[in-house]
Amino acid sequence: MKINVSALAKLANLTLSDKQLKDLEESIPGVVEYMDEVKNLDVDSIPETTRVTEEKNVLREDEVRESLSQEEALKNAKQTYKGFFVVPNVFGGKK
Amino acid sequence: MLLNKSIKELAKGLQSKEFTSVDLVNEAIAQIEKLDTNLHSFITVREKTDILKEAAEKDKTRTSSSNILHGIPFSLKDAYVTKGIRTTSASKVLDDYIPQYSATVYKKLQETGAILIGKNNMDAWGHGGSTENTNYTPAKNPWDNSRIAGGSSGGSAVSIATRMTSFAIGEDTGGSIRNPASMCNISGLKVTYGRVSRYGAIAYASSLDSVGPMAKSVEDLAIILEQIAGVDVHDGTSSHRMVDAYAQDLEKSIKGKRIGMPKEFFAQGLDPVAKEIIMKAAKQYEDLGAELVDVSIPFLKYGVSIYYLIAMSETSSNLARFDGIRYGNTRDNFSEETMRRIMIGTYALSAGYADKLYKKAQKARTVLISEFDNAFTECDVLLSPVIPGLPRKIGELINDPLQNLLEDLYTVTVNLVGIPSLAIPAGFTENNIPVGMQLMGKKFAEKELLQIGNAYQMVTDWHKKMPNEK
Repeated sequence: MKINVSALAKLANLTLSDKQLKDLEESIPGVVEYMDEVKNLDVDSIPETTRVTEEKNVLREDEVRESLSQEEALKNAKQTYKGFFVVPNVFGGKK
Repeated sequence: MLLNKSIKELAKGLQSKEFTSVDLVNEAIAQIEKLDTNLHSFITVREKTDILKEAAEKDKTRTSSSNILHGIPFSLKDAYVTKGIRTTSASKVLDDYIPQYSATVYKKLQETGAILIGKNNMDAWGHGGSTENTNYTPAKNPWDNSRIAGGSSGGSAVSIATRMTSFAIGEDTGGSIRNPASMCNISGLKVTYGRVSRYGAIAYASSLDSVGPMAKSVEDLAIILEQIAGVDVHDGTSSHRMVDAYAQDLEKSIKGKRIGMPKEFFAQGLDPVAKEIIMKAAKQYEDLGAELVDVSIPFLKYGVSIYYLIAMSETSSNLARFDGIRYGNTRDNFSEETMRRIMIGTYALSAGYADKLYKKAQKARTVLISEFDNAFTECDVLLSPVIPGLPRKIGELINDPLQNLLEDLYTVTVNLVGIPSLAIPAGFTENNIPVGMQLMGKKFAEKELLQIGNAYQMVTDWHKKMPNEK
């Protein structure tokens, strides 16, 4: 089975070292090949199960509740700027 | 040793001032200092002065109406966020993460007055069944140090088995409470999906994750469950059903109960020694007046594929949030096992494969649910092994990821179906390696399940045996 592991890594936002790429190229196809057995199951007419909870439409009043202060929320961030998180450039332009 | 005592005995001794919480905490700390540099059951142990101070406070504030867990030491799998206390999920991605809030299960236990000793080692993100996939040091099995402790809640099982704590909270997505309980000779309960709030449990696979107790006996599990179960505004999937008095009527007779023996769980692949031990336990149930019934779960043979397609798909989505921006470190800190799971999940969800793999697995999940429903029309609980054999040697399967997943065959379907399941000690091999058994119940039938588990512990001593750690 051929699986493009580099492309998957990109989709999953993972940067792999050369060794990791080699290891994962070796191990991923074997696991996927095993799981391929579900493709042949005769279940097409059966509904999907996405959850097993009995609860439905759990809503709450739209009211202000206690939450983290800005200072607290930023406490674990490696990089902040004037009370905000610094995030990588998303829309291109200067890095 | 005081921590050999049951929760009931501890509560009684604290009330009568036979001993104090400070004594209990001192004993826990002494066991950790003596054993844990070898066994690695904790990732973080709280400052000694802090826990002793807390214990002294509990001793001072105790009244005759104090909660049964008041002043009793416990530990948490490091998958639960604890305000102000480092929480890693055993991953270097969260190596320096200090949560700003606490998991509901931790808050509830704090309200009882129980004392948190520390955070237990695990497979990172719950990804594994051996605690070898921790980004710290793998935990060792206290019965044989060359063997795995099981996982992913391996550290919790080790710390209970060696009395470094009275009880622990584990997390079970595909067997993570039951598998280490079985390997370390303790008792563990995977609850019905929604019975205990998942708020503050670091998510592995949200439709499968469950929060549950691990302890020395079924009686202890029942006491803890009563305290942690219930609806929570922070978890929309937590159940509104009333919380039973699980610890009451535990000694009720199980005469006439029907115990289903699903034949696929005893088929080829099950170690003969483990099988013999579990069949003996089944016989014991007959002696207690229960009836053994043959049942069948034909789709069990696809269980690992169905489960891992769903679990890995959900984990690829859940772990997308860890980007090192708001907290933690960058994604290159994930271990290879975690990267593999994220990437296989990404594959199963990607265009062209989602219909063939992910959706197909969700349909097959429906079939499994109806097969279990069907089996439960003929019996009250199901009895089976927890793992296919004995705990593997450390390192034995580390380079065989597929075999590693196949080891989970007997536990994963329970999470797909959402039912509760109890793992309890069932005996030992000639070489003194523990073997556990699994009892699976109907949804929200924890009380009945615990009664049936307790009936076995009332006539056996396996769960009282302790490893000979020096």
